Amino acid sequence: MPPTTEPDHPLLRVRDLRVAFDTPAGTVQAVDGVSFTVEAGRTLGLVGESGSGKSVTSLAVMGLHRRARVSGSITLAGQEILGLTDRGFGRLRGRRMAMVFQDPLSALHPAYTVGEQIAEAHRHHFGSGRRAARRRAVEMLGEVGIPEPARRAGEYAHQFSGGMRQRAMIAMALACEPELLVADEPTTALDVTVQAQILELIARLQRERGLGVLMITHDLGVVARVAHEVLVMYGGRGAEQAPVDELFHSPAHPYTRGLLDSLPRLDDPDDAPLRAIPGSPPSPAEPRPGCPFAPRCPRAADATAPERARCAGESPRPAAVPGGGRLVACHLPLSAAPTAPHAGPPGGAPVPAEEAR
Amino acid sequence: MKPTLSTSPLPEAASAAGGAAPLLSVRGLVKTFPGRRVLGRAAAPVRAVDGVDLELAEGETLGLVGESGCGKSTTGRMLVRLLEPTAGTVAFEGRDITHLSQRELRPVRRRLQIVFQDPHASLNPRQTVARIISEPLLVQGATVRAARDRAAELLDLVGLGSEHLDRHPYQFSGGQAQRIGIARALATGPRLIVADEPVSALDVSVQAQVVNLMERLGDELGVSFLFIAHDLSVVKRVCDRVAVMYLGRVVETGDKRELYDRPAHPYTRALLSAVPLPDPAAERRRERILLLGDPPSPASPPSGCGFHPRCPKAQAVCRTERPLLRVVGSGARTAACHFPETG
Repeated sequence: MPPTTEPDHPLLRVRDLRVAFDTPAGTVQAVDGVSFTVEAGRTLGLVGESGSGKSVTSLAVMGLHRRARVSGSITLAGQEILGLTDRGFGRLRGRRMAMVFQDPLSALHPAYTVGEQIAEAHRHHFGSGRRAARRRAVEMLGEVGIPEPARRAGEYAHQFSGGMRQRAMIAMALACEPELLVADEPTTALDVTVQAQILELIARLQRERGLGVLMITHDLGVVARVAHEVLVMYGGRGAEQAPVDELFHSPAHPYTRGLLDSLPRLDDPDDAPLRAIPGSPPSPAEPRPGCPFAPRCPRAADATAPERARCAGESPRPAAVPGGGRLVACHLPLSAAPTAPHAGPPGGAPVPAEEAR
Repeated sequence: MKPTLSTSPLPEAASAAGGAAPLLSVRGLVKTFPGRRVLGRAAAPVRAVDGVDLELAEGETLGLVGESGCGKSTTGRMLVRLLEPTAGTVAFEGRDITHLSQRELRPVRRRLQIVFQDPHASLNPRQTVARIISEPLLVQGATVRAARDRAAELLDLVGLGSEHLDRHPYQFSGGQAQRIGIARALATGPRLIVADEPVSALDVSVQAQVVNLMERLGDELGVSFLFIAHDLSVVKRVCDRVAVMYLGRVVETGDKRELYDRPAHPYTRALLSAVPLPDPAAERRRERILLLGDPPSPASPPSGCGFHPRCPKAQAVCRTERPLLRVVGSGARTAACHFPETG
């Protein structure tokens, strides 16, 4: 089913999302004003380290926070979904947007066959009969590359290997032809040879169905492989957002630069020493004023005293920088070095420019 | 279970060190675990490690890589005798330590230490940092005073600072806790540290700090490392030589550069081509070898070569005959494959 989004309504638009949890130790602001869009047929990579707020963001999109205070705006094809009741979300989840989790074994029910679990969503959303739903389940298992789908549909999750379980999860997520797939670290628990298969599978299904994909990951290699656009999160906020080539070739945020510099690279012939970022990521339980990266930032450290004071005291707002379609939340962004001309992202569609705020 | 060879003949050319005896020498190492009981019936034993040979020279860092369940961590634990081998020998500093009693092992442990993957799980939460780092010294007979002074020194060495001596593990981030784990391993002045996935639980921006620390320590203190990891990019940065494991066996060993540039075993080739590069343009250009299926379970290994069901080059002989590690091409490279790449 082709997605039915209007050109002026992106598939998913998140504006100024804030998610706070009340804990005995006080309020934890896990996400503090994040904005992004996911277009149909495109993949947005949401990258961050532990505590950056990336998973909390994805759960908010799916309406899966029960005890959190969520504010801002989340629209699916133009329709506001933030604040929907559980029933309202229930009509969307699985049907128009679906999620794949890191650990398929804990996301699959141990006491129902894999086929039953896939069929259930179809019966729920389409009111289809038992036999039609089962046929659909077998069809989906075949489509995600599970051999002998009719037989495997009658098996339980524990009888599947890790990679096959993740395929089954994807089959379940896509059984009702959703427009948006939220994938939260879908390959982190898998071996690298199996990861390659699953990423390939998601890319194929995206091509065939025009799926919009929100891919949450900590792995910059995975982002480089699958994403069209990237949002880098740090300390609950968006640090930098850019088309994938621009982000990797000329990062404008010192944190993005630092992340790329600290990665050991398989394709580095010299095995140069790694340039580590000192310190560790901030804890959302210990909020501090100013830019969340300021205490670790080499540019803030080298800056003049008034600039340093600004980084430490004033939270930078995402602003457009030269280089096309990118937003950077930094008082001292790196100037975009002239990059060699390179091919656009796969698909070649122009990247919608985000409005500066 | 098929009868398998517990040792494989290795020509001398494959050994790591030129003339000197290697610091660590492992021959035919095997570990079987009892099969899980299902409905009261015990399944066949699982051969987690199935005849591993390794050699590590003084001052060298050897990477032991492979995917989950390949037996790399089990091998690491047997080397420091945290697990008892079912068969095979471990020789450290030229001496067979496989059958030493716990008492006899104590002086050996001074020079043979281990660092674990999860820093918080491997540090006693009720002890202070001073106590944690002192422990191995106290076991070796040091006084409390001397051990504390040494702990302060070690904290400085790993970049934490002695002001942290009286704090508890929960007050540290993952990266800092791993530094404490490394300081504890260094306390007794070891010659070899087995590091079992030492950075894989850490955030990307912190991994590099710990990798750099281990490299500096290797250089400054002359410590050798056996670096066990699944992340091939980290191993490439850190190691001098690499051994690749699959299904309980070593399938390829070699000098790092040679092995990464021209992998001889089809599994190594596929593994390297599957690693995503943090470079979108390179990713689009790349040709990947997509393997089918998952790694098999060591509880029911395939016949012949363990890799044959997923191998793009498999022939009839691969299904029936287990390939032994053999020298490939020139130099100190070995591969266990009937049809290795020799180019």
